[in-house]
Amino acid sequence: MNFVYHVEGGDFTNAGSTSSQVKRMLKKIGVSPEIVKKTVVALYEAEVNIVAHAYRGDITVDLEEDHIKIVLADEGPGIPDIDRAMQKGYSTASQKVREMGFGAGMGLPNIKNNSDSLNITSEVGKGTTIELINYFQ
Amino acid sequence: MTLKEIKDLVQGEIICGEDYLDQQIECVFASDLMSDVLTLKDVNNLLLLTGLSNLQSIRTCEMSDISFLLIVRGKEVTEEMKELAEDNDMVVIRTEYSMYKTSGILYNAGLPAVY
Repeated sequence: MNFVYHVEGGDFTNAGSTSSQVKRMLKKIGVSPEIVKKTVVALYEAEVNIVAHAYRGDITVDLEEDHIKIVLADEGPGIPDIDRAMQKGYSTASQKVREMGFGAGMGLPNIKNNSDSLNITSEVGKGTTIELINYFQ
Repeated sequence: MTLKEIKDLVQGEIICGEDYLDQQIECVFASDLMSDVLTLKDVNNLLLLTGLSNLQSIRTCEMSDISFLLIVRGKEVTEEMKELAEDNDMVVIRTEYSMYKTSGILYNAGLPAVY
């Protein structure tokens, strides 16, 4: 099953609404609470990243029998140095993002810690794509 | 310790979840940084203290499976926040006390830190 959600950059009111829908979906099909939590924590951080840094993005959720694959593709400034962005504490977030309780350079490390497989590609001036997979067993 | 006892200790006001005040709290985490809250693994019977009062603090609780939230420093709770918290069957309490004072009172009363 495939679901696509649209996310607008700067829309902090709705930041997390996709994660909320995915959480309900995973709970409904009986995925274990630990795996639901790690999946939605990773997704929520990544969704907040689109709102915080990009102009807009699409989140495609591919739900299979034994795993979930989530692709977050945004149009935005891109990440010049992904290795640096993966370091705890490194952040380029605005004051507005920090006021929302994020932007302390924990987002990407949190995403990594909560996904079984993570792939990040980015092109400066175009955007970033994050692909994460979590297995249900 | 029950949420009712906690509410009384910090002279708090119930924003939502009045029906769950007999729930037991076993440990506390205090943070204004939601990314740190999202790193918590075991959140059973955990109370979150935060001075961050916006939709993202409620969303963070939703994603982390945290049901009990104590907002410090008397921050306003909007109707939207309240609705989202109610949708997630959360208890939200608000106190005028600062984070340090609230933490001190609860710690003194025997509530341990989560780590």
